[in-house]
Amino acid sequence: MALLQISEPEDSAPARRHRSAVGIDLGTTNSLVATVRNGIAVVLNDGDGHALLPSIVRYLPDGRVETGYQAEAVQARDPKNTIVSVKRFMGRGLKDVTNFENSPYDFLDTPGMVRIRTVAGVKSPVEISAEILDVLRARAEQALIGDADGDLAGAVITVPAYFDDAQRQATKDAGKLAGLNVLRLLNEPTAAAIAYGLENDSEGIYAVYDLGGGTFDISILKLSRGVFEVMATNGDAALGGDDFDHRLFCWMVEQAKLAPLSAEDTRLLLMKSRAAKEFITTHAEAHISATLGSGETVDVTVTQKQFWDMTRHLVAKTLGPAKKALRDAALDVSGIKGVVMVGGATRMPHVQQAVAELFRQAPLTNLDPDKVVALGAAIQADVLAGNKTSGDDWLLLDVIPLSLGIETMGGLAEKVIPRNSTIPVARAQEFTTFKDGQSAMSLHVVQGERELVSDCRSLARFELRGIPPMVAGAARIRVTFQVDADGLLSVSARESTSGVETSVAVKPSYGLTDEQITHMLRDSFDHAREDVHLRALREQQVEGGRMLEATESALREDADLLSAGELAAIRAEAEALRKTLSCTDHRAIRSAIERLNRATETFAGRRMDRSVKGALTGRHIENIRT
Amino acid sequence: MTHNPNQTHFELFGLPARFKVDVAKLETRYHELQREVHPDRFAAAPQAEQRLSIQLATQVNEAYQALKSPVARAHYLLQLHGVDPQFETNTAMPPDFLDEQLELRESLEAAAQAGDSARLEVLSVRLRGERDALLARVEGQLDERSDWTQAAGTLRQLMFLEKFREEIGAAEERLES
Repeated sequence: MALLQISEPEDSAPARRHRSAVGIDLGTTNSLVATVRNGIAVVLNDGDGHALLPSIVRYLPDGRVETGYQAEAVQARDPKNTIVSVKRFMGRGLKDVTNFENSPYDFLDTPGMVRIRTVAGVKSPVEISAEILDVLRARAEQALIGDADGDLAGAVITVPAYFDDAQRQATKDAGKLAGLNVLRLLNEPTAAAIAYGLENDSEGIYAVYDLGGGTFDISILKLSRGVFEVMATNGDAALGGDDFDHRLFCWMVEQAKLAPLSAEDTRLLLMKSRAAKEFITTHAEAHISATLGSGETVDVTVTQKQFWDMTRHLVAKTLGPAKKALRDAALDVSGIKGVVMVGGATRMPHVQQAVAELFRQAPLTNLDPDKVVALGAAIQADVLAGNKTSGDDWLLLDVIPLSLGIETMGGLAEKVIPRNSTIPVARAQEFTTFKDGQSAMSLHVVQGERELVSDCRSLARFELRGIPPMVAGAARIRVTFQVDADGLLSVSARESTSGVETSVAVKPSYGLTDEQITHMLRDSFDHAREDVHLRALREQQVEGGRMLEATESALREDADLLSAGELAAIRAEAEALRKTLSCTDHRAIRSAIERLNRATETFAGRRMDRSVKGALTGRHIENIRT
Repeated sequence: MTHNPNQTHFELFGLPARFKVDVAKLETRYHELQREVHPDRFAAAPQAEQRLSIQLATQVNEAYQALKSPVARAHYLLQLHGVDPQFETNTAMPPDFLDEQLELRESLEAAAQAGDSARLEVLSVRLRGERDALLARVEGQLDERSDWTQAAGTLRQLMFLEKFREEIGAAEERLES
């Protein structure tokens, strides 16, 4: 007991080192990184003062990689190897990729996720995204040198709320591949709501309308006394500013009666279309001129009115999901206090007008639609990293956007967890065998709202084997779906009647195993110079340090829940871990961490019970402890 | 709560096991509980606590879902009293209720075919009225008379209306797209 420090009841949380964490908005068009400094969320700029990093990656024959503005500048010269809007390919097969016939890329229709053949080899969208994240990680580490704690504890990466499980898993994998400790995947509109709500001390029900470069989300949130509760979300994971560019591009090709274009010319005219779209936001018309590879010149003028007319159907496509979200939240527009606009594409006046008409109020456009997501993610990252201060005592309750289900007889999807369920959530369903003596059962996990399995997204197939022989209908196979706080699903199945239990946990088929990620890390050119062993060692040391600090903190608060023997056992494992931290064997550290984890399991349970009882009585633990 | 799987959702929320609940209090308790157990509070905690946190937050969400919606709450109360409402097998309904349901469904079909969203809205309003009346009835059966069999009958009717409400929603959705 002599080792214990017991704080006075009034003495609030012991001083903790500030841990640096970042929020990353991994966007279709642009990406950003932000952090919280001295209590204020700030976007981190690159050396030239740019906040935005164009989400563009170029592969060169010698294996070098160019990103951001550097890649953007040459994209029309090397379109095959310069990947733009890679977010549209995350977790997607070739058949899901719209307009791919207009893409210059050499796609490979590989199972699970499409891949792209480049001059530097075949690249998956996960690897390409990791290049972008890698640049942002380096930017953050550079900026954090000189801060109290130069280490990057972790990152929150944002995803469109309407991303399905495959797209989320791919994003998380990209984070890991870029060497980031991914603290959480956060939905983009929710991140924006945090930044907006905390900034303005908002209370009430808000809608967040988020039209980005390639994705559209609408979320309805209830803000009350520091709780951000998502009531419903909807959207279109393949609709964004890109589609407006593309529409203008097609119109231009028609107007100028252009012959089929080369990949270079296509990219050039798409860039011109984007620039014209942006110009036309504040001007009556835009002039587009370009010289094609053949020497032919294009000269077209487009008026604001023409542009709005040709893209009106795209704006209209956002209104259906908005109405669905309202219906799911059991609200009509009169219940919405404000509409927060997020994403660069919401700068277009006809978008703002359509939103104003639907919600019968002018949308809130007083924040930078490009930055608000990254800022919200940074605020969340700061809290998750353990930098709690009295001012940020808020809580986030988010939902899954799409129903999760399982295939039943006749190719029908049986919903197990409905959309808009608050996460984390778990649901179990029982199934049985349909043949005598059936010893295996195959399970097909799907996501989506449609009745037919073929209209839903296939997430995983797996087999439960070793079912003891029984007559048809006698076996009881319990399939459990668990969705964690990142919105990621795991499924397990168990046969229990006979006492024989088989259980299997699946990771959806498109996901990468940790070994694959390690392998990719080893192979990737960028990391080749780093010693893989050193990296692993450093990771375990950070993790071990984190674990020790968390244990110390738990003991300071609740050591009275332990008997002298239990306390001594935890102390001993903590001491053992502390000693291994200075050694050079990452496996030894890993196993010490695991031993300490096991030693604290019962303690964790009791602490949790105490917290819950505290919440029920509405009193703080410190005050009821004597 | 981790060591007591027999605890009811009502006990978890510190509320009496009755159909009539203080909705504001239910929500406040929900937020208080999630503030304590939500995984975001344990991102920097030892793994054992992180795992527990997911379990408990899941349990709190499940309990909240079961208590928040009146229909789910009535169902849960019946379960606590060992009564199975037999939604799948028991289709016996009062004849006048069935007649009315038939009529409602015909109106829905006609409105959907005509693409008449105003008539769909009228149907929604009428449905809400009927639902409120049934909820008042089930409250008396559960809280005052403890008549589980009668309550199960009312709940089956409520489930009928829930399905109808979903159908109206689906029809509205088709009109919008």
